[in-house]
Amino acid sequence: MTTVTTLSRLLRSGKMSASELTEIYIKAVEKVNPAINAYVYTCFDEARRGARLADKLLREGKGGALTGIPFALKDNIATEGIPTTCCSKMLKGHIPLYDAFAYSKLREQGAVLIGKTNMDEFAMGGTNENSVYGAALNPRDRTRVAGGSSGGSAAAVCADIAAFSLGSDTGGSVRRPAAFCGVVGFKPTYGAISRNGLFAYASSLDQIGSLSATVGDAATVFGAIRGKDAADMTSCAPTGEIDLKGEVKGLKIGICDEFFVGADQKLVDRISEILREYERAGAQIVRVSMPSLRYALAAYYVIACAEASSNLGRYDGVRFGYRAENCTDAAELMIKSRTEGFGKEVRKRIVFGTYVLSAGYYDACYKKACLLRQRTEADFERCFCECDVLFSPAAPTSALPLGFVCGDPLRGYRDDFCTVPQNLAGLPAISLPCGEDGNGLPYGLQITGRKFEDARVLNIAYFAEKVGLCKAKNIGGGVGL
Amino acid sequence: MSYRLVCGIETHIELATATKIFCGCATAFGGQPNTRCCPVCTGQPGSLPVLNRRVVEYAIRAGLAVNCTINEVASLDRKNYFYPDLPKAYQISQYDRPICENGCIALDGGKRIRIKRIHIEEDAGKLIHIGGRTLVDYNRCGVPLIEVVTEPDIETPAQAGEYIEKLQAIMRAIGISDCRMQEGSLRCDVNVSVGGEGISSARTEIKNMNSVSQIVRAIEYEYSRQLSVIEGGGRVERATLRFDERTGSTVVMRGKEDSGDYRYFPEPDLPAVLIPRELVAEISACLPELPAARAERYVKELGMDEANARLICRYNAVAVFAERVFSLGADVRTATNLIVGTLYSLLSTEDEREKFDIFVTAEDFAELAELVAGGKIGVTLAQMTLTEMVSSRRPLADFRGRLEGMDENQLEDLCRKAIECNPRAVDDFLSGKEKALSGLFGFIKKQSQGRADIREAERVLRRLLKEKQ
Repeated sequence: MTTVTTLSRLLRSGKMSASELTEIYIKAVEKVNPAINAYVYTCFDEARRGARLADKLLREGKGGALTGIPFALKDNIATEGIPTTCCSKMLKGHIPLYDAFAYSKLREQGAVLIGKTNMDEFAMGGTNENSVYGAALNPRDRTRVAGGSSGGSAAAVCADIAAFSLGSDTGGSVRRPAAFCGVVGFKPTYGAISRNGLFAYASSLDQIGSLSATVGDAATVFGAIRGKDAADMTSCAPTGEIDLKGEVKGLKIGICDEFFVGADQKLVDRISEILREYERAGAQIVRVSMPSLRYALAAYYVIACAEASSNLGRYDGVRFGYRAENCTDAAELMIKSRTEGFGKEVRKRIVFGTYVLSAGYYDACYKKACLLRQRTEADFERCFCECDVLFSPAAPTSALPLGFVCGDPLRGYRDDFCTVPQNLAGLPAISLPCGEDGNGLPYGLQITGRKFEDARVLNIAYFAEKVGLCKAKNIGGGVGL
Repeated sequence: MSYRLVCGIETHIELATATKIFCGCATAFGGQPNTRCCPVCTGQPGSLPVLNRRVVEYAIRAGLAVNCTINEVASLDRKNYFYPDLPKAYQISQYDRPICENGCIALDGGKRIRIKRIHIEEDAGKLIHIGGRTLVDYNRCGVPLIEVVTEPDIETPAQAGEYIEKLQAIMRAIGISDCRMQEGSLRCDVNVSVGGEGISSARTEIKNMNSVSQIVRAIEYEYSRQLSVIEGGGRVERATLRFDERTGSTVVMRGKEDSGDYRYFPEPDLPAVLIPRELVAEISACLPELPAARAERYVKELGMDEANARLICRYNAVAVFAERVFSLGADVRTATNLIVGTLYSLLSTEDEREKFDIFVTAEDFAELAELVAGGKIGVTLAQMTLTEMVSSRRPLADFRGRLEGMDENQLEDLCRKAIECNPRAVDDFLSGKEKALSGLFGFIKKQSQGRADIREAERVLRRLLKEKQ
């Protein structure tokens, strides 16, 4: 996989122009994408324009680490003038009137947007199979899912047709596809990156994150887009300087058995190997426990669906998006537009979320879920009194076969238990490539840190990368620089 | 069996902030449809609300003015329902932690109407029905509102009217809203039910009324309607009603079965609002004198009678004007009479009185009042002049000639002319009818355009008539 670091060096040394680089990416996308369906929209003209601007910056010596770097955005991040559809019939052809904060930050620094990537409709799903454009396929095995919901963003990086990409993570939607595709997926602390322009699924859980080939690239991207945004009252000022050294001496790594339930043995063994390397470098392993973990998943689905039922109310056919035809009054217009415009999984979650907020069920469902969320936060806090970070699987298995969860939808929900608690507590977590199964498919190691200790999580992850423990494997066929 | 009215009022008041509650769009009334909106107030996907600090400060001001406690922590919640004028399909409001709680407003008779809470929320857009089509104007979306909710303390329709007028006057005095019912910047929903020993009857809610008198009539009608249902052995059904101005009766908008389940839950896009005590103290210190206190001061310090004091303090702009006039040394009684008598008859609507666009300076007004008080001109001339100043928008200087009065010779000439031109009245007077003299006064007033001092004129007339006898 081509890294941002490599490309940045090439561009700044003048060995290649941003325009040349962009053409290379465009060719690679045209060649590779049809087979994996990672991009659902490409904006090559805008990319070429962006590259010319980047070249100007580079010529003037104003280039930064991301100037001229081709990247992709998940299809739920607003781009002015470029369709943003959440991979839903509801928003087909929808063109936002403004740029998301994260995107405008990247643009300011001269990064070059290549296109919008595939996802589960409105980010609801863990396999990318709930997309109106069809699933993104796993570039390492096209009979397998890329993971979700940011499947296209992970697949594009894995197939080497985007130097990095942004996704969104509400319950693991960045970390899970990263694990399935064998790339690095970083979900920062809640609020570390503005949600302004991220089409909301569940506002109290949603977080923009990155997918990249290396931890170093994740750190570069995070540094470029983090920070307080006046337009998002839940965003926060940067905390901690990002300086990757990979120092782990004196580090206390917590291992919590509850996170390993149902995990493949090969994955468990690989994590043990990795832990030994950390110990050898001076880290200490601590056993911790999170009794509330078994409830976190239920709490997550209640809260996420409740918020979704409200957030998705605006798609009513009145102002934008899909509008049903031949309606006689406003109520019929709204009902028909919503019924026809949303896919099955989205409708299911809206109905469920509406139910848990309804009079008579609020206390038994929503309120209880909020209490369980507090328990999860408290459990994490307790753990972090004894250790600095938690190591766990990012998903219990490698990438599932296509169609697998369609036959067993509950399985699709259940597998999120490794990644959901971090969203409930707003913690930073990263997924790193971590060995592979018998078929050569990657596993993901997840490192979870304290709130606002994003820089530390990146540093600890960087150690594994530096000593060659966790390395994204190349599959060829992409840009290959 | 004795019955009584049980009534509570929820009042929505548009706050006069320059910008909307969650975005930077202008709040001004009117404007071309859909020109005062942005991704936030039209609910574009991905947009987020940013709470306008001013709105919180205005709500605190309102709360303090009606004796509320200001909560240290307030939070915002989503009220979910579908309607084309509500772009996000939820209204950001406050559910269980409003900014203000437990206040009261005292009516003139001493009766206190308790205020349960005051919370902030965003307004919705407007539907416009044209030729079978329905269009939506989102300009009003996100205009900040406070909702003032009373306890069911109102016992008569008149109390309801007085409560609203008091609330209006207070909110205007503290400068947070123009409170115009016609333009919808103050809107009332009234809850009515029948109470009495051992009675628990359902309440109905009346919406969409745009004047105090309509509200009073609606309550009168609805109470008697409910009474006749109960006395006829029936049950009052819970419902939302609207008042039909034409028939003077209430009409069902929706019944109990359609009552909304709003699925309130905490707004995840906005952190809780922490209200530091220092801020409350600061706002409290800057609160202007409220209408009730001002009226009391006028009575105590200026010796104004209570009814006039209330009439003046009811409109903030009037009180501010009066205050300036008094400070210029004008006679309080004369000035008050000119305001309440002359100006109020020129400004007949609530709206006109509140706006108080009279184009008369306090200086001119004070001078005019002094001319009357000093006996230089008659009250009639002053009233006439004031009326013309207002209607022609001209300063007092333009009327100077008229106000200088007439000298003895001019007056005598005029009186002679009056006698000449009104032989009938003169004959009547001479034959003993005292009243006939008033006909001559009328002539003199008219001819002199009010310049003649009538008491002087009477003296001259009697002298001349005596000569005739």
